[in-house]
Amino acid sequence: MSPAEWLSDYTLQNVAIGAALLGLVSGVLGSFAVLRKQSLLGDTLSHAALPGICLGFIMSGGRHLGSLLAGALFTGALAALAMLWLTRMSRLKTDAALGITLSVFFAIGVVLLTHIQGSNNASQGGLDAFLFGQAAATLRSDLWIMAGVTAIAMLLVTALWKEFKLVSFDPQYAACIGMPVVLLEAVLTVMIALAVVVGLQMVGVVLMAAMIIAPAVAARQWTHRLEHMVILAALFGIFGGVCGAVISALGPGLATGPLIILSLSVVVIISLLLAPGRGFVWEILKLRSDRRALRHQKVLTTLYHVACQHEDRSYRFDQGMIDIYHGTNTRNALQRLADRDWVRLQTPPPGEPVSAPQWVLTDSGIDEAERLLRYPAEEAAS
Amino acid sequence: MIAAIFNDIDLMIMLVGALVGIASSLVGTFLVLRGSSMLSDAIGHSIVFGIVVVWLLTHQSSGPWQILGAALTGLLTVFLTELLVNTQRVKKDAAIGLVFPVLFSLGILLINLYANDVHVDAHTVLLGEIGFIWLDTLNISGVEVPRALLTMSGMTLVNAIFILVFYKELKLATFDAALARALGFAPGVLFYALLLLTSGTAVAAFDAVGAVLFVAFVIVPPSAAWLLTDRLERMFLYGILISIASSILGYQLAVLWDVSIGGMMAVMTGGFLALAFLFGPRHGMLALWYQRRHQRALNDSRTLAVHLFNHEDGPEQAVENVTQALRDHLRWADSRAQQVVERACHKQLIVQQGSQLKLTPAGRQLAREILEPSRQPSGNMPQ
Repeated sequence: MSPAEWLSDYTLQNVAIGAALLGLVSGVLGSFAVLRKQSLLGDTLSHAALPGICLGFIMSGGRHLGSLLAGALFTGALAALAMLWLTRMSRLKTDAALGITLSVFFAIGVVLLTHIQGSNNASQGGLDAFLFGQAAATLRSDLWIMAGVTAIAMLLVTALWKEFKLVSFDPQYAACIGMPVVLLEAVLTVMIALAVVVGLQMVGVVLMAAMIIAPAVAARQWTHRLEHMVILAALFGIFGGVCGAVISALGPGLATGPLIILSLSVVVIISLLLAPGRGFVWEILKLRSDRRALRHQKVLTTLYHVACQHEDRSYRFDQGMIDIYHGTNTRNALQRLADRDWVRLQTPPPGEPVSAPQWVLTDSGIDEAERLLRYPAEEAAS
Repeated sequence: MIAAIFNDIDLMIMLVGALVGIASSLVGTFLVLRGSSMLSDAIGHSIVFGIVVVWLLTHQSSGPWQILGAALTGLLTVFLTELLVNTQRVKKDAAIGLVFPVLFSLGILLINLYANDVHVDAHTVLLGEIGFIWLDTLNISGVEVPRALLTMSGMTLVNAIFILVFYKELKLATFDAALARALGFAPGVLFYALLLLTSGTAVAAFDAVGAVLFVAFVIVPPSAAWLLTDRLERMFLYGILISIASSILGYQLAVLWDVSIGGMMAVMTGGFLALAFLFGPRHGMLALWYQRRHQRALNDSRTLAVHLFNHEDGPEQAVENVTQALRDHLRWADSRAQQVVERACHKQLIVQQGSQLKLTPAGRQLAREILEPSRQPSGNMPQ
């Protein structure tokens, strides 16, 4: 297949558009979930969507995406409610409540699923595709529904932007100025269920958790502003979604859901390593340069103290002696000091036996040492 | 006769279900108490990767070494999660949600790619098939024993021995990790050992209940038990009883309705949790509601006693110490005022003389206890 044919392939187009929609909605809504420390709520809500899908199937008597998704939304909201209820009304902690809701709702879904399969309904085929998603089966009509849900979610976020922002960062203050905090939090939670609903067809109920979390975590690395984070998360989500869809189209037997998740994970790893400011690589580099600076500063101050002891500004230091004092080879540190003109090599007077290079402090070196000793804290902070 | 027992498919399935529940809730109790329940979810998912890799390498899925190998993936998940958390870039819950989907995705992709070589299909990964355990049997001295029964018995035994041997260390590490560390008990190592056992249990239970339903067996019975009791020993006992009952009930209902057996067993654990949540003796909804009601009634009686006592023998006694005044001055609704007066009469705190409400000595004593606590020779006060 030539690239042009490949791009105009009907199924691939559908899958790519669907994956992009999913990336968009889960990136945006996931940002709020991650910031509000509710990352695993997506996991629970997506597992809880399974009984809803089955209920939707039983109610409508067929595999109509609209009714399946409505069912998923319904049980998702029910699960969120059950979770809140368990944590508020009993002594169970959040994690236990999340796990209980997740597993019991999923179990109910499994029971309903086997019930439908047992009833020999001809159109039940592919219902358990919602476990892992079945991107290739996406129809144009499915895309319209997914686009509709995404549009609703985007409209809500735009309309309630500043309320959501405040509730995410400072719910106490939001409550003080009279915002309906409980209602807003409920809306944010239900919107995670919306994202789950969009993702069911593409990645399935099991992997939705990562779809919510990964783009937001990656985006968080690159910026400190919510606006940028949400936009970046949406872009990462779209990128991961389309990547996964395209790779899965390359070969048979490559499921779309896992590939989307793996593409997003690569984005997360790159962000964690390389993002300016928060990336590990920069941190390690900075740590190393700090350590080096500290080393040569330490050598410099040692030389200064020894010179003071000898009351001789041009005292000649034997490099072997400096090495022994520091317990390590100081050649590199001395070289760096020499590069900055704080010390220089001194050729010993003729006739004296030379065992190692000899160094003396320069005037600017003495000034620098005095500065360091006067403001040690400031130097450490800079 | 022994052969007859092991040939009884119904009994075998229920027994395996109960063993899955017991082995899981043994380790689950500590996970729930430590607030690490969601780690079992992560472990349950990510062992899929380990199981597939071990299968591809050894072409065997059962046996202690295979279980251990696959269980190491569970530990890897926990290790990677903690690594991410320690970088302080990612919160704990987000870290869990990042790590296990990656391993799970890899597992699913491997299953897809080597579909012909792997004995599991993606469907069993999630749901398991406890109904088929009798297809895979081992011949032990002439008796066909389901392999799953042996594996789960072994796992239950290992978990039980670990908990019995390290009982007080685990207890201390769970309830006061700082003290445990100070005393040199290495709570971190203990916790990792516990998680290794959790992973092992997940692998052993995998064929029977799959990756996700396993979570129900780990978390739900201990959570229900925690709502029923405050003692750790009893928590184990109740967790085990709930697991056994869920297995039996779940199997019967599943056969009755012709639905997934593992799923129904998990739903039953949820049912027991709901019962504990509603009717638990001290922490249940009903008990809490009853306590609140009782407290409110008590407060009302005390308010009434204090009100009457304040105006007793005073100039406004005639207008204040009547039921009408309770409505006007205490802002009680008629029905409530009526109820409180009746209850106080019944408890002989007051007597009604015409429209007048008079304190009895007992009622006067109650009011004094509230108004002048220091002057009372109260038995409760330390001397």
